[in-house]
Amino acid sequence: MCGICGLVTGGPPPEMDLLLGMMARLKHRGPDGSGYLRDEGAGLGHTRLAIVDTAGGAQPLSNEDGSLWISFNGEIFNYVELAAELRARGHRFRTASDTEVIVHAWEEWGEQAFNRFNGQWAVALWDRTRRQLVLSRDRLGVRPLYYAHNGDRLVFASEIKALFADPAIPRVLDPVGLNETFTYWSTVAPRTPFTGIQQLEPGHVAIMDADGFRSHPYWSIDFPLRGEEPCQDTQANADALRERLVEASRLRFVRSDVPVGAYLSGGIDSAVTAAVVTRYTDAPLDTFSLRFADAEFDEGRYQQLMAARLGTRHHDVVVSEREIADVFPQVIRHAEAPLLRAAPAPLFLLSRLVRDSGYKVVVTGEGADEVLGGYDIYREARVRQFWTRDPSSEVRGRAAELLYPWMARSPGRAPAFARGFFSQHLDATDPAMSHRPRWQSTAALKNLLTEDARAACSVGAAPDDLIARMPAHSGEWDQLSRAQWLEMTTLLPGYILASQGDRMLMANSVEGRFPFLDAEVVALANMLPARHKLLGLEEKYLLKRAFADVLPREILQRPKQPYRAPDAASFCAPDAPDWVGDITGADAVTSVGLFEPRAVQGLFAKARRNSGRDLGNTDNMRVLAILSTQLLHHLFIAGDGGNSTDSPTTPLTAIDLTRQGQP
Amino acid sequence: MEQQVRSRIISFIVSNFLFGDESRSPRDDESLLESGILDSTGILELIQFLETDFGIEVADSDTVPDNLGTVANLTRFVLARTADGLPSA
Repeated sequence: MCGICGLVTGGPPPEMDLLLGMMARLKHRGPDGSGYLRDEGAGLGHTRLAIVDTAGGAQPLSNEDGSLWISFNGEIFNYVELAAELRARGHRFRTASDTEVIVHAWEEWGEQAFNRFNGQWAVALWDRTRRQLVLSRDRLGVRPLYYAHNGDRLVFASEIKALFADPAIPRVLDPVGLNETFTYWSTVAPRTPFTGIQQLEPGHVAIMDADGFRSHPYWSIDFPLRGEEPCQDTQANADALRERLVEASRLRFVRSDVPVGAYLSGGIDSAVTAAVVTRYTDAPLDTFSLRFADAEFDEGRYQQLMAARLGTRHHDVVVSEREIADVFPQVIRHAEAPLLRAAPAPLFLLSRLVRDSGYKVVVTGEGADEVLGGYDIYREARVRQFWTRDPSSEVRGRAAELLYPWMARSPGRAPAFARGFFSQHLDATDPAMSHRPRWQSTAALKNLLTEDARAACSVGAAPDDLIARMPAHSGEWDQLSRAQWLEMTTLLPGYILASQGDRMLMANSVEGRFPFLDAEVVALANMLPARHKLLGLEEKYLLKRAFADVLPREILQRPKQPYRAPDAASFCAPDAPDWVGDITGADAVTSVGLFEPRAVQGLFAKARRNSGRDLGNTDNMRVLAILSTQLLHHLFIAGDGGNSTDSPTTPLTAIDLTRQGQP
Repeated sequence: MEQQVRSRIISFIVSNFLFGDESRSPRDDESLLESGILDSTGILELIQFLETDFGIEVADSDTVPDNLGTVANLTRFVLARTADGLPSA
């Protein structure tokens, strides 16, 4: 796991200072060393977190004749098998790293190589002969990759802050990006929160050469037509799922030259992955958990139960509201996006615990809910689908009361209104029916914006533009598949894997590995009949069936508790840190110009009346949207995204092939 | 009396859900849910307001749009429950 950066240019050679400046801003992603390659047309930078071939895997790295160079962030878990295949075809390897496998795979198969990789990656390849840059990102967007055009230059990096090391790149919040965030909870690739900064879409490859820049998918999310799923047998599918998840977990545990730990959330997904990896080690596995001082969010009982069952060496960190507020500015610095939830902050504290315990790799249960049908939004959509078939049915109407039993302020307590809310926009032919209630309630955030900001936002076409991107045949998919497509296109890469995933892990130089996002697991999951994922309203049915013998009954049968952290309550207590008042004061709000100062004062006055407690979902999102957007502006628009302590990681591997670099 | 109840309800909605933005103040018969003023949990704040400000008890069976869904319905509901006149607030 690492940081990558670089640029290609049609003008003068890349400036050394710029390359080093970009690398310095990615130090947290690669504290074990750094390196660069520079020639007349391009620069590649790399900061390294050494995990595979810790002795030999320094980057940038080249092919045998030095014509092809690579800067790579991530893991190709099937690199051992690919290397054997490439050796059989005559390729010679100098290192034992997965990085070198990518170089030879590109030489052998070109763009077809990426579909052979099972892993998580953001990669840049520079072909010196063709003067061609190739960028690629894994299928679902585990690893980040941003870029910006500036005249005849293309600048790219793992994080936006590294692009901002180039003073020629403008730093402006994108109103359309805000509109997307205040609809979907994040922007949708290729858009980012910043004007002119784009991200490579997951599953895409991009080329930059004399013919210009173009990007296209090498893979896309797909599902069979409803009723045409190849295997309808529940037990056969459960067996296949188990087999693939065991293999996916094994690869993520054994393909590392440093020890691998595991997260335990208290839920089913991480219990499965941790249980499987304990099989591959004789030493006790180290497990890590997040606990909350507030009992409403705490899952300690289940974490300890699972740790005891597996006999792991268990570590946990108990997070208080005040700690969430204290680290939140750092969280925004790493997330580089407005956040509508405080949930990333505790994950930042958890990865710190991992790092402090001497680990730099963890396996987690991330992705299971998206891939195997675990989210409440899927259940909610199924209830709403029943209503479209028989809107008058009282029995079906009551199903809304089954939703969200975990919420202290559950809509079930005002059932007629819950039904009223969830039965808005009921249209069986609407491809996005599943997500309309969420998008609608999130869009209420835009009412906080100033008139100017609201007008600027309204040029965005969300959500129509997203719906237009759904595959033409998605109308023939099961409704659950359409909901999964939306979730895997918006929230998974935009928030879960980024703000809650890569960024919070890499902030403390920890790599996450996600067996549920394994290419083979996803391929199988996307071929399953919908009822094997969501049986009635029972979520992740097939997963529970496949691992029933591994999981304690208490965990198997507990009501699902989505991961959440205290939101407004973390920032609206009397002892909240000073920065909260500073950035929400009338002057600060007016000078940024995005939010209506009177609305901000009104909202925070309301929130502070009860220390941020007992607020509804929308108000919690409002508080977070304002705090995070104001911080984002403070750090990246008023500030330049840098940090006075930035410096490149040593040791530094320098390869300068420009004329001025030659003796 | 009716006007007084209505204006207290509107004033609560404007300050609590619209944070002072009177330009979005709801019309009498505008659905508070469909206009996005109330979300699925905001209704509980509305119930709490009715209970504390008007001193009336709102049973679970009362929490239907016919009683609470618009400013007009809310006004009628409050007046019916405070038939003897407003508790001195």
